[in-house]
Amino acid sequence: MNPTDTEVTPWSPTATWVVRGLGMAAAVAVAATVWLGLWVTPPDQAQHNLVRLVYVHPPIAWVALYLAFGVAAASSVLWLWPRTRSRFWDRLAVSAVEVGTVFTALTLITGSIWGRPTWGVWWAWDARLTSTALLLVLLLGYLAVRRVPADPDSRARRSAVVALVAAVDVPIVHFSVDWWHTLHQGATVLNANLSPTIHGSMAWTLLLGFVAFTLLFAWMLAIRYRIEVLSERLLDSELDVALHERWAEGTGPVAGEPGGALASTGRRA
Amino acid sequence: MATAVLLRTAVCVTGRFPALAGVDLAVAQGEVVVLEGPNGAGKTSVLRVCAGLLPLSSGEGTVLGCDLRLHAPAVRRRVGMLGHAAALYDDLTVFENVRFAVRAAGGDMAHVDSVLDRLELGGRLRRTPVGRLSAGQRRRVALALLVTRRPELWLLDEPHAGLDTGARAVLGEIVAEAVSGGATVLLASHEPEESWPLADRVVSLVGGRVVGERALRAPECRPPAPEQLRAVPGGVHVA
Amino acid sequence: MWRDTVLVAGKDLRIELRSRVVMHQVVPVGVLVLVLFAFALGPDRAPMAKAAPGLFWVAVLFASVLAVQRSFAVEASDGARDGLRLSGLDPAGVFLGKSAAVAVQLVVLEVVLTAGVVVLYGSHIRSYGSIIVAGLAGTAGLAAAGTLYGALAAGLRVRETLLPFLFLPVAAPVLLAGTRAWQVALGTAGNVGNVGSAGDPWVRLLLVFAAVYLALGVVIFGPLQEAS
Repeated sequence: MNPTDTEVTPWSPTATWVVRGLGMAAAVAVAATVWLGLWVTPPDQAQHNLVRLVYVHPPIAWVALYLAFGVAAASSVLWLWPRTRSRFWDRLAVSAVEVGTVFTALTLITGSIWGRPTWGVWWAWDARLTSTALLLVLLLGYLAVRRVPADPDSRARRSAVVALVAAVDVPIVHFSVDWWHTLHQGATVLNANLSPTIHGSMAWTLLLGFVAFTLLFAWMLAIRYRIEVLSERLLDSELDVALHERWAEGTGPVAGEPGGALASTGRRA
Repeated sequence: MATAVLLRTAVCVTGRFPALAGVDLAVAQGEVVVLEGPNGAGKTSVLRVCAGLLPLSSGEGTVLGCDLRLHAPAVRRRVGMLGHAAALYDDLTVFENVRFAVRAAGGDMAHVDSVLDRLELGGRLRRTPVGRLSAGQRRRVALALLVTRRPELWLLDEPHAGLDTGARAVLGEIVAEAVSGGATVLLASHEPEESWPLADRVVSLVGGRVVGERALRAPECRPPAPEQLRAVPGGVHVA
Repeated sequence: MWRDTVLVAGKDLRIELRSRVVMHQVVPVGVLVLVLFAFALGPDRAPMAKAAPGLFWVAVLFASVLAVQRSFAVEASDGARDGLRLSGLDPAGVFLGKSAAVAVQLVVLEVVLTAGVVVLYGSHIRSYGSIIVAGLAGTAGLAAAGTLYGALAAGLRVRETLLPFLFLPVAAPVLLAGTRAWQVALGTAGNVGNVGSAGDPWVRLLLVFAAVYLALGVVIFGPLQEAS
């Protein structure tokens, strides 16, 4: 039940180096994106400097909506499937959801910042933003279920079901909100396109942005996974202590000698 | 004789608490075993594990030939449990509760009336919603649910609690009949005077582990006729 | 599985007939929500009539949370939650049976609320067909998703707050689609041409939602029940 090594890193030295490399690559890529996005690329005709958010908002949204959620849903399915069930998938799912929550919140924030000068409001019921907001609530629901005290198996079960239900809901939400929007639109200011025309250096920077945030997600996922393994290990050692205390119940002074209960009542007949 | 229940170093963790800390238990088919021990020893947990309700964290468990780790749901149809709380629907009558339980288990309704009469739940009580019954009567209904399902393994958690003398006697008869019909009975009890006369063996549990065992009579002997049981007050075994 | 479905649905509906909790408590809460919205939107009927479809579905959503909670509270009357697990019933059958019972209760609620909307907000319903279809499809979806989450939250001490938090976001598409379908039926949908064809995508969405969650529930209810 309990791994015998007491090192802090729960995986092999190779894996540790891979994760570190991932982190460094992510840092470099993000820095490069920031540099290119803020200084090198030209401002847009219509949106001026605001367009620089295009290097950040769509990549973050992609990570949140597809990558994180996809990993969480796939891990949940793999956990629920008896043949592939393993604690690995449960840990991966919770890591993906937690990191995904951060990215989803960032998507909303960057989206809102982007929309404010264009639309004049901090929040508009744009199809994408609405779907993303709902996704955030679904993810928070997952985290709420996760917090309910339960043994690891039950907790994993409930979480996996929540992830699956949410995963199934997301495309439905997406379509319904989209239709809601296209039917409701006239030519309103919301149609003022947030997507500028992208060419040249902007396209490369955008691509770099996608790569950078994907790397960042992968690194954060790995770190969160490690935290999960360590906290499980902590719980296991607490369980060991509890087990020893339980055994002590059997041989402590309260219960008397083993078989003492039987011996005393046997004398009664 | 076939083994009805086999637990090997069964560890069962509920939340953060190890309810069972390594239980070894073997019960042959047709045996009647009493689990005794102080409060919190894990008697209820053993019963729940055998019912397939509590998953094993480690160790092995086989009940009625089914591995508990893989086929726990399959076990439940063949097992009957009388727990502390009776799983009854307050708004349905006694008869409706029994009918639902029997139909759910795929049994037939032929013997229901006789069982209800035997447990003094016939007549007017049959049509009374369970919510209006007294605690003792509800316990009888729970017992009726168990009996009418005819399970292969009986798990009784403090069955004598809440029952009056008449019902206790009927319980003894019912257990004896079930065993001669091939069922296995595992009961947890704080009352040796009531439970030991029914049993072949007593197993002591402390701190989530089995600490002792004592045979009350050879397992091959069939349990005595009900009249003989009533004649032995607080006795240990019948020669 | 179908035998167990009928058994469980029958049992739940019989309990409801005896105790009348949904009729006497949940339905009035739904009507109360409509009345409260009237307070919120002001004495002038115009905004109420405009918002009527949405308000109807919001009231249905809240009431469905209560109905699902009641459905699972029934199983735990004594603190004994293991009854259904121990009974040996097929979990898929239990899921469908409970969903069916909840759905029936919700349909009754919706009939009452429809009357309420017509009376209180002065809405004029032009096409009953699409309302009925949308209502049935939406109800099936709500019952299925609600029962699934209800079972998840059933044993937990935080169930009263957890269930709405989990269920309502998932139910949002039903609210959206149902409202649009109603708007089409009431003729208040704005720049929409033909009533039938324009309402169609929404009804289809409701049907997809119901089908997806019924299928998901059937598959996953068993493994979910194993969580102690």
